[in-house]
Amino acid sequence: MIEDLLSQPTVQFAVFSAVKIGVVFAVVMTFVAYAVLVERKVSAFIQDRVGPNRTAPPLALKIPVIGRLLQSWGMFQPMADGLKFMLKEDFTPSYVRKVYFWLAPAITVIPAFLTLCVIPFGSNLGDQKMVIADLDVGILYTFGIVSLGVYGIVLAGYASNSKYPFLGGIRSSAQMISYEIAMGMSVVTLFLIVGDLNLSKVIQWQVDHGWLVFYQPVSFVIFLVAAFAETNRLPFDLPESETELVGGYHTEYSSMKFALFFLGEYANMIASSAMMVTLFFGGWSLPFLGAPATGLLGGLVHIGVFLAKMIVLMVVFIWVRWMLPRFRYDQLMDLGWRRFIPLALVNIVATALAVAAFNR
Amino acid sequence: MTKVVDRSPLTFYERTYLPAILEGIKVTARHFARTVQGNNTAKDLSGGYYPETPWKVAEGYRGAPYLVRDQDGATKCVSCQLCEFVCPPKAIKITPPGPDGQAADRANAEKMPREFEINMLRCIFCGLCQEVCPEEAIFLQRDYSLTGLSREEMVYNKEKLLRLGGVHAGVQKWKNKAEEAKAQETFPVKV
Repeated sequence: MIEDLLSQPTVQFAVFSAVKIGVVFAVVMTFVAYAVLVERKVSAFIQDRVGPNRTAPPLALKIPVIGRLLQSWGMFQPMADGLKFMLKEDFTPSYVRKVYFWLAPAITVIPAFLTLCVIPFGSNLGDQKMVIADLDVGILYTFGIVSLGVYGIVLAGYASNSKYPFLGGIRSSAQMISYEIAMGMSVVTLFLIVGDLNLSKVIQWQVDHGWLVFYQPVSFVIFLVAAFAETNRLPFDLPESETELVGGYHTEYSSMKFALFFLGEYANMIASSAMMVTLFFGGWSLPFLGAPATGLLGGLVHIGVFLAKMIVLMVVFIWVRWMLPRFRYDQLMDLGWRRFIPLALVNIVATALAVAAFNR
Repeated sequence: MTKVVDRSPLTFYERTYLPAILEGIKVTARHFARTVQGNNTAKDLSGGYYPETPWKVAEGYRGAPYLVRDQDGATKCVSCQLCEFVCPPKAIKITPPGPDGQAADRANAEKMPREFEINMLRCIFCGLCQEVCPEEAIFLQRDYSLTGLSREEMVYNKEKLLRLGGVHAGVQKWKNKAEEAKAQETFPVKV
């Protein structure tokens, strides 16, 4: 009975997809937790501090040398952080618009995770392609979902029913809309070159011809900057800007609802890092590891390569946060509309001409 | 000598933000490398991290306010209550001796407080009490880490404040007055 069921291709597809979703979700959550730790450590080091180095469960310290070492690296801090978020009082102020107030964190965090499902994080593992949904319109889907993320923030600002969150929400909608255009236009050039919207095919092209970042450095710069703006990270964290807006759109949130915003921000960071790795840095491939893996080991190596590239980009995200001051709001809009959009347009035209001339 | 400040507009290269970003990378990388090698501000200042190695407090640091005694071990406070009035967070509470209270420690000083309490949970270490004191009887001292297990414990009384405050050698105003007065009693006056 069960064997019959499992031999059907649709059932197999469903089971394997569920397993992939579960694993990817678990990995991303772990990444989020440890990205926070890395963020705290890097910021501490840049500012001549030591960062979290105290937290440890009592049993862990019993391990001779490693326990102490892990403690000083703050490896147990994410657990304490997570526990803290769950145990904190979930306070809902009396003046908020309750339905939207509850809805906003969910709307922020869900798109962040949904973008991950089209990203090929490895070649093959056994017979399975290492991508949850191998869509032919992968990048269009990503942009569609990413632009949903702004609704959560705008809704949070509106639902909080107080001035600073509202200002944060307004800022974020303006910012996200202006940078999404530049971001979208920066990747058009890639698809002019590759000729396909499927992300697996984009990686395959890069395996054959070399990384796209060398063909389209301008696109990469625009995409990188727009990614900072899309994820609300410094130097473009105008929606949050602690010093002006007391935390911005999530001022009124506490406990797990706040944690969802936090989660959303880091998940977005992971998603855009993964996107950049896929689009510009050859995804899971290395110049000498190009062919899709046939064995189990090769598949795992490819996943490792992908994660390593992603981690490097995440560190860039984190490092930049502690390096650059926040842009003023008009500078931000100026940079988006009057610098990057024309630049991206010129880039598209130039690439189109080059592709036309080359393919003649 | 006049110094001419260069106010030339930014060049194109500067307006691309690139030099600023490069400079930022340099600065942050320098600090990062320094801390990774085990040097940081805490190490520089006191050779270790706070709870294990207490911070070295610099001379002249203004921490918790304590009462002081003079060279002869007498309470300097005369219970004028100026500090109580000036205290912004209302941390100080003075109980004056009243008409038939205990006499002052020092000859010639009119009175001294029966009780002098500072609630260290309220105190903001602003130093206005020290500034306003006409007797140089209260000083912000080098204690910064005050801990206790209850709120009551954090209300420091006169005895505790005097014990923590120690001796402050200053002009002994009332002693001098007493000597001057004594000198007046004989003639010719010899001061």
